[in-house]
Amino acid sequence: MSQEPILQVNKVCKSFGGVQALSNVSFEVSQGEVFGIIGPNGSGKTTLINCITGFIRMDSGRVLYRGREITNKPPNRIANLGVTRTFQIMRPYYSLPAYKNLIIPLFSPRARQSGGWRGGGKLGDRATVSIDILEEIGFERDSFVPYKLASSLPTGYLKRLELARCLALRPDIILCDEVFSGLSMSEIASMVPLIEKLQMDGITLVMIEHRLRELFRVANRVMVLNFGEKLTEGVPEEVMQDEKVKEAYLGSEKLLDYMFEA
Amino acid sequence: MDILIYGMVNSFSLALMAIGFTLVYGISRLPNFAHGALYVVTGFLVWSFLNILKIHYIFAILLGLLIMGLIGAFIYRFILIRVRGMATSEIIATYALGLAVLEFLRWKGFKGMTYTLPVFIEGSVSIGGTPVDLQRLIVIGIGIIVVAFMWLFTHFNKTGLALRGMAQDEHAAMMLGIDSDWMAVIAMAMGSILAGLSAIVLLPLGNIVVETGYNVLILSIAVCIVGGLGSWVGAILAAFMIGFIQIITVAYIQSHFHMVVALLAIIITLILRPSGLFGRQKELEERV
Amino acid sequence: MDKNRVTPERRKERLDRGIKVRTEGIYAIASWEEISYLVLPRLLLIVGLLLLPLLMPSLYWKRVISIVSIYALLALGFDFLAHFVGLVSLGGAFFVGTGGYIAAILNKAFGLSPTFTIPMATLAGAAICTLLLLPALPLRGVYFAIVTLMYPLVLARIIEALNILGGTDGILGVAGFPSRWIEQYLILLIIILALFGLRRLVNEDIGLVFRGVKDNDQAVRASGLSITFYKAIAVFIASGLGSLGGAYLSHIYMWSGISQFALDFSIIPIAATVIGGGGTLVGPLLGCFILVPVSELLRAFGTLRIVFYSLILMLFIMFRSEGIMVYAQRKYHQFERWVKV
Repeated sequence: MSQEPILQVNKVCKSFGGVQALSNVSFEVSQGEVFGIIGPNGSGKTTLINCITGFIRMDSGRVLYRGREITNKPPNRIANLGVTRTFQIMRPYYSLPAYKNLIIPLFSPRARQSGGWRGGGKLGDRATVSIDILEEIGFERDSFVPYKLASSLPTGYLKRLELARCLALRPDIILCDEVFSGLSMSEIASMVPLIEKLQMDGITLVMIEHRLRELFRVANRVMVLNFGEKLTEGVPEEVMQDEKVKEAYLGSEKLLDYMFEA
Repeated sequence: MDILIYGMVNSFSLALMAIGFTLVYGISRLPNFAHGALYVVTGFLVWSFLNILKIHYIFAILLGLLIMGLIGAFIYRFILIRVRGMATSEIIATYALGLAVLEFLRWKGFKGMTYTLPVFIEGSVSIGGTPVDLQRLIVIGIGIIVVAFMWLFTHFNKTGLALRGMAQDEHAAMMLGIDSDWMAVIAMAMGSILAGLSAIVLLPLGNIVVETGYNVLILSIAVCIVGGLGSWVGAILAAFMIGFIQIITVAYIQSHFHMVVALLAIIITLILRPSGLFGRQKELEERV
Repeated sequence: MDKNRVTPERRKERLDRGIKVRTEGIYAIASWEEISYLVLPRLLLIVGLLLLPLLMPSLYWKRVISIVSIYALLALGFDFLAHFVGLVSLGGAFFVGTGGYIAAILNKAFGLSPTFTIPMATLAGAAICTLLLLPALPLRGVYFAIVTLMYPLVLARIIEALNILGGTDGILGVAGFPSRWIEQYLILLIIILALFGLRRLVNEDIGLVFRGVKDNDQAVRASGLSITFYKAIAVFIASGLGSLGGAYLSHIYMWSGISQFALDFSIIPIAATVIGGGGTLVGPLLGCFILVPVSELLRAFGTLRIVFYSLILMLFIMFRSEGIMVYAQRKYHQFERWVKV
């Protein structure tokens, strides 16, 4: 961990009409860490991810990935460099079975180049590769779940499918937009080890989260956003004690406690 | 001076043509590919009132506009409402409707030199040495009136405000108790009336030909895209840009490039700034 | 009274037939029945198409078959773009005109025979069309429809006004086909190839990418694929089919002119697709074989034909009809019966 940063975000600004959604947000993420971004609703977390991955053009600022400029590049180029993302509102291809969902990312230049999942050489039959990935992410291989239509999968599996779509690209970084939200307690309980496993595999994770307790279990460092501005950054324990953070969450300590309990 | 005056006239003509299209698109997201057909239909309607039913000119115009409004509402109520929200079907349905109407008129033999609408007032004046007939000045006048009316309507009238609400956020507007379908009916009716009005003002300058329908459709689409689909402030500005460029090309290059200007305007806009001059933020994300 | 009425006691039950053989990826061909169940419809189509020229009574109707086939190519392209990639093209005439003029120019200016002009016009036409449509491809929404609508209208106007490429007279004296049989069987073979080729294509992995572009473009971008690139490939394929049709048309009529940009080429393929059943690829073909001969019968009515198509098209769209082929396929693959609840 923590040699040179893998992702550097430098003074990103973005406004929609008159609303300043992000102002001068800067942070760095080191190789292999789990970096959490928290903040109240509307604090610009999703906009930040959209800006980093190129889905929205930022007004000013720079994003460097391994020292390489990726500011305002098209999303597909950024994804091909290894910086992938999940969507908060899940976007699977509903009309396709789960395993076919992965055939599309496996078609990308990066997946073809890297040659299949966990192993060099030629990219084999895409369907088998995608089932391997799904198994890795918690779809039971021998059940019928990977063959079910995405539209009939429960939320927990759809969140995993989002992650699987990133994994198919063999990413260096995954920016996760609220992977825990909308999940039941038991689903979250099985998601946490998954995140830990991804980190063990050497994937850097940037996680936007509302479920602070789960996030603080997995995150190495946390940044707090409020009204588009960065409040503070540090290890979870420090951030939790920060007065400004408590204020940001409606100025109520109780609420923060509540968020931890929830 | 020539260029200034004829540029103004041309710009206001374009604005008049386009404002109906952009209104419908802006409010209900319906690309009305039958817009050109509505334009020509008005011409023939008013012509037949005048020459077959022998109605007084003013009544003929009013009756024509009224019928256009009804036709617009009818099109939405009976055709478009069934395909609302299915983009492919919306496009094909309006396109097919426009084609059916225009080609029917062509088949009926409405072509050639014989069909013209009378001008409002005969005569011409000379402005700075350039003779301009009064009808062209009326085009400018009506253009200004329509724009002013649209502004007042959408800013100070309850229905107008509701329309604007719809245009900005359909779901939010629906939650505030605005009936989406009813608003779309009104939008289609107003769009058709505006198409009719522009026809009545502009057609006296030439003959009523079926081809005009296609030209009007192309020109209004060009104006709307350059201005930003659905933004009528943008549409008016774009009408001025395209209008003047057209007149300049006609004056200095060749009159045939008239239509090419429209096409090029669209292409260049799509490449440089797909949301158009005044496209809203939402449209900015249209680029995939 | 009404046999099909649903009452509280009765409902319609649908059972899938032969699900084993139709399941993707599993080619369980166990018996003659299953093989013929799969092969028979295809065989029927191919044999039927190949027999058509022999069955036609007169030279005139044989020519109609060639014209139908050209429309069928356009309709295939339209269906492919609209239902598999999500692009609505209102300008089939643009593809036809481009291909037609290129073939005519190649033939007249360079003296190339149809053997060369047709493939060259197909590729060059597809390239030109794709290039000209490129600005509309990165965008979502109605832009593609608008731009395809404008090109044929404006190009015809330009040719007319500038009096280039033969102006209103068109390019006369283009070489014809050596024999009528070649003319007919070549195009029939081409449509069979195009049909099965496209079917194969949309079921391959790249077909999934196209469907992704249609339904969920953001996710495709997040997957590291360029939407514009895949749309361009699709447009290249569809406009290639159209240009091929156009080139063929030039050689059939030994003439190329503005009427190749006419609205018929835009509206009939759309109508054929909607009537035949969009998204089936066979449907549009069938639609053309119904609509175009009717169009020939109605030739005396001039532009009333277009009115007729447009109205049919509108009615089909309005009442959200599924189209002939979708209906037929469902009937073929399913048993339906009324059961007592």
